[in-house]
Amino acid sequence: MTDEARWREETVAPSLQRLPQRRAAFATDSGLPLRDVYLPEDADPPEKLGFPGEFPYTRGVQPTMYRGRLWTVRQYAGFGSAEDTNRRFKYLLQSGQTGLSTAFDLPTQSGYDSDAPLAEGEVGKVGVAISSLRDMETLLAGIPLDQVSTSMTINAPAAVLLAMYIVTGEQQGVQRRQLSGTVQNDVLKEYIARGLYIYPPEASMRLTTDIFAFCSREVPRWNTISISGYHIREAGSTAVQELAFTLANAVAYVQAAVAAGLDADEFGPRLSFFWNAQMDLLEEVAKFRAARRMWAHIMRERFGAKRPAAQMMRFHAQTAGASLTAQQPLNNIVRTAVEALAAVLGGAQSLHTNSYDEALALPTEDAARIALRTQQIIAEESGLANTIDPLAGSYAIEALTDEVEAQAWQYLDRIEQLGGAVAALEAGFQQREILRSAYEHQRQLESGERHLVGVNVQVMEEKQRPPLLRISPCLADERAKELAQLRQERDGRAWQRALDALGEAAGGTVNLMPPIIEAVRCRATTGEICDVLRREFGEYHPPSVL
Amino acid sequence: MTGPDRRIRVLIAKPGLDGHDRGAKVVALALRDAGMEVIYTGIKQTPEQIVQAALQEDVDVIGLSCLSGAHSTLFPRVAKLLAENDARDIVLMAGGIIPAEDVPFLEAHGVARVFGPGTSTREIVEFIREVAASA
Repeated sequence: MTDEARWREETVAPSLQRLPQRRAAFATDSGLPLRDVYLPEDADPPEKLGFPGEFPYTRGVQPTMYRGRLWTVRQYAGFGSAEDTNRRFKYLLQSGQTGLSTAFDLPTQSGYDSDAPLAEGEVGKVGVAISSLRDMETLLAGIPLDQVSTSMTINAPAAVLLAMYIVTGEQQGVQRRQLSGTVQNDVLKEYIARGLYIYPPEASMRLTTDIFAFCSREVPRWNTISISGYHIREAGSTAVQELAFTLANAVAYVQAAVAAGLDADEFGPRLSFFWNAQMDLLEEVAKFRAARRMWAHIMRERFGAKRPAAQMMRFHAQTAGASLTAQQPLNNIVRTAVEALAAVLGGAQSLHTNSYDEALALPTEDAARIALRTQQIIAEESGLANTIDPLAGSYAIEALTDEVEAQAWQYLDRIEQLGGAVAALEAGFQQREILRSAYEHQRQLESGERHLVGVNVQVMEEKQRPPLLRISPCLADERAKELAQLRQERDGRAWQRALDALGEAAGGTVNLMPPIIEAVRCRATTGEICDVLRREFGEYHPPSVL
Repeated sequence: MTGPDRRIRVLIAKPGLDGHDRGAKVVALALRDAGMEVIYTGIKQTPEQIVQAALQEDVDVIGLSCLSGAHSTLFPRVAKLLAENDARDIVLMAGGIIPAEDVPFLEAHGVARVFGPGTSTREIVEFIREVAASA
């Protein structure tokens, strides 16, 4: 039996039984039949490529990829109040979006309530403000949590927002085991690139692994972490650095989970990744393919994972915010389309496409719709979804995939020598490397070595400005009133007992999810819960990298 | 104040909770390469902390960076605190995701210059040299 015949029998056939292809047969525009996968003509595929849905997953994690099911269209949205965002969510679901993705404002992401002094000026600005269970109920009102999966970009306070989601589900009559979604829960990249850390790394890693352990028992369909290169890239890294630093973080999480007594085969399938899709299309496709291959080797060889699902890198991709220009903003529609193509050619499981006005402000509804349509056009009209990993076998793509991988391994070795991702970031290693790349990028733009249309070439006078989204300046005051009322109305004794119990748990070693859920139930706020943990764990102070 | 022997001193600061400091750090490095003395506050600074650092470090210029949309709240507060501390001579400049419509408001509230996305660091260096020379 040829390798291909074996693959069709062992891997494709069972997959087709679970999920048939979208169509009985696929063809090009001219009617030429399109095969599910193209392979070398006169030989079995080399081991480093393998077959779709098989180790090392270079060609994709599913045996049928987009012929079975298209990627999930998952637009990141959130702004203003919970009511505002609930309306945008319903609008997106009606427009054909298939999953939700929640952006929280900076106070929420930093573990502060809307009425905290440090929240001034930030309430509802880059996402929705969620300070209490009541806010979460409003955010999800009328959205069936047993049918819609929700991704939440929340890291340092991930346990708190997950607890609120679980309790809101209970109130809708949805069991924990029916809930599906993702918490980003990747604090290491916050220290490296994004800045929304609260506690020192050791405490953060405990919270992360507590979520892993709790969900594996209670919320089995939940993706407990989205290990993110996205923000590392936005901070100015190269594609290779994005890949390497993120995989180094992933290794640290798996080590922490194994040290906490979890089995790599058990929690491995719940790990997911989040990559940036930038403008250099060929390098990006190579990066996605190399990422899958490297992760499969890491999980199998380093951590001994045997289940295929634990070796597969499933990932979300988002087009690059940093590639958007404030000049001639409509050009950004084209940039986003190119980047979305890279993500699709790279085999993403879900995708967010940015809006053209994001170098100016948060997206308006019109801009958000064009972004959504961009990926719908690729899915429905381009034919790219009709054959698996179509760039495989291209001399350029395969060479770049190997080269990106080789360079990323070198970085991983270097981080290993520095004592692993946590020790390296505490010394500022990744941060300095990223800054060096960001500065070099800027230098190239200013010297003219690198062209950016509308910025340093094809510059023109612009008279018209697009309409921008504005957040009500009254929101913070309204929120402060709501919170004051909540604090007055709740059962103060139950609230105090729950927070005391949480403090005690944090001082010990038990899993923190149950006491956090209890605190949420007793109407403790995001800020109050995080404050209890701040007292127990302390706060992180970053090294200087300049 | 800035004689030939004294290097221009600049504080680059990130007010608010925004962690996006790629721009702030790239500008800091560019100003340093242009021969200036640069202090970077790091992220998550209150206006009070920023003004205190500026006074302590005796800087000529403060560069504020904010990409979260909180600029109209936070930048005027820095300007007000500078005025209250008799430090109006410190020039305030700013950058980040700042809609053009907000620039007149910021300029009326103590920000000498707003640099939008796509600004070259040369332009910022020239601006600082000009204001330092006329101080």
